[in-house]
Amino acid sequence: MTAALHRLARTDRLAFAGLVILVLIMLATLLAPWIAPYPADDPRPVDALLPPGAEHWFGTDQVGRDVLTRILYGARTSLFIAVSTLALSAAVGVTLGVVAGYAGGWIRDVIMRVTDVFLAFPALLLSLALAVVLRPSVTTVIIAISATWWPWYARVTAAAATSVSARAYVDSARCLGVPAPLIVFRHVLPNALTPVLVQLSLDAGGIILTAAALSYLGLGAQEPTAEWGLMVEQGQALFTTDWWVVTFPGLAILITAFAFNTLGEGLRSILDPRRTVR
Amino acid sequence: MRRLGQAALVVAGVVGLTFVVTRLVPGDPAVAYAGPRASEAELAQARERFGLDEAVPVQLWNYVRDLFAGDLGISLRTRQPVLDDLALAFPASLELVGTALFVAIAAGIPLGVLAARYKGKFPDLSVRFSSMLAVSVPVFWLALVLQTVFASNLRWFPVAGEYDAALDTTSPLTVYTNVTVVDALLTGNWPILVSTLHHLVLPALVVAAYPIGLIAQMTRAVLLEEAGQDHTRLERSLGFGETSILVRFSLRPALNPVLSLIALVFAYAIVNGFLVEAVFNWPGLGRYAADAIRSLDTPAVAGVTLLVALLYVLANLLVDLVQGILDPRARTR
Repeated sequence: MTAALHRLARTDRLAFAGLVILVLIMLATLLAPWIAPYPADDPRPVDALLPPGAEHWFGTDQVGRDVLTRILYGARTSLFIAVSTLALSAAVGVTLGVVAGYAGGWIRDVIMRVTDVFLAFPALLLSLALAVVLRPSVTTVIIAISATWWPWYARVTAAAATSVSARAYVDSARCLGVPAPLIVFRHVLPNALTPVLVQLSLDAGGIILTAAALSYLGLGAQEPTAEWGLMVEQGQALFTTDWWVVTFPGLAILITAFAFNTLGEGLRSILDPRRTVR
Repeated sequence: MRRLGQAALVVAGVVGLTFVVTRLVPGDPAVAYAGPRASEAELAQARERFGLDEAVPVQLWNYVRDLFAGDLGISLRTRQPVLDDLALAFPASLELVGTALFVAIAAGIPLGVLAARYKGKFPDLSVRFSSMLAVSVPVFWLALVLQTVFASNLRWFPVAGEYDAALDTTSPLTVYTNVTVVDALLTGNWPILVSTLHHLVLPALVVAAYPIGLIAQMTRAVLLEEAGQDHTRLERSLGFGETSILVRFSLRPALNPVLSLIALVFAYAIVNGFLVEAVFNWPGLGRYAADAIRSLDTPAVAGVTLLVALLYVLANLLVDLVQGILDPRARTR
């Protein structure tokens, strides 16, 4: 682990910077209640729309809440959405993918065609439709994005599982009479996981952007949850006069997505030199 | 042929999925159409009109039959056939996304070449850094920032819209294709052409940001892969310079993966354009979809979804075809 870190720091400064930023963001997420200068949801109308200054580094929003505090708590929402979405879509996608890859034949064909259908569906649009169906909330965002994200994992895993399944040790396990589920989960899955791990780190940035977009459209997190996309939406009418209410939450989204993307890119070049391009 | 069959299957699946999603939308479409104070008889009439009184499989069958006849239903909001609405909105989106993709290809590929040529040096690092920024920026925020800085504050560009509405009276546009730029060019309507291009700059730049970053990264990666190939060593030993090796020999095989990326990005950009259209009040699919979703206009949402999914499938097919032309190795498959 430390060796890999050293290598990353030496060979890929951009990815290393991404890692450092991510660690900082995670610290901020965990420590938000202690390092945030104000309580999470503490509207003080008297202090509404104060410009950035010594009291409020990033200013205050339209109801007088400290923008820096809201951003720190917003990191919790964003990371929670990203991690849950990745877990949910990877669970569905990897299971289907490994079954498709191991079984082959018509089972593989059926699973892959279903995957194609979901891939043809524009992610944001399906998320929008689902978000309307399910009533706006953080959970809705997680379900909606997962519904459009799992096909990528199914595809990546199926490709890896197909090549692993053709190996001699899988054949010999089959000849020894090992039951199929055991072969799939003990022998095929662990050896087909590397591309999925790379994909996961690459996708976190995209998921954070999509989640922020859904909240921006009013289909995700709702007041009083602190969420960056929502903060931009609420501030946009004031942008020309009170620039800080939109600028800082947007920068927070940008920096977080940037950190995930650079780290994912760096991991890919270390773990998977052949570059699987999707 | 096999590809065509697969594409047809995907389209069939998308139709089915769209149908399921529209059935899931809460609220009674009949109520949405007839209004909240409609009498029971009026509701029944609306239900009958849209076939909502039939069993679900019958509804699906009717839906598919209507689709084949080119009938996407009637929008509950605009009360126009959805197909007509789409015919008005889609060209505007195409105009925006087309311009953006043109910019993205024109900027992204040279940037990728530049980065690959100076790998590890300053140009490479700055291209990698800025393309990473470009794929990480939230589009809606970038749209707001550019709009506020360059339109509201500096007044270099118009704030919103497709062209100056006053021009509709001074030099009305004859419509052929509904793509304003094309129509203005065809009819020699210079005032509208100039105004539209002026209005296009900011939204097109925002939509282009993500594709530029992606195309630059991909071009760089594939070019670097080519640099390890035997043909590169041969060309180097023959005395070709590094730049001409990249541009004359490596770029052509490298264009292939970049091309399939562009097809993916096209569908992505249309949907990403939704957010941008909302900010710049561009009269395209995105604004239409946003209004439709807000007013629970099921047929309209289904129409937009189908159209975008079809575009995605078509773009992928097209890429397969063009790839066959660009890369002889892909032909036999």
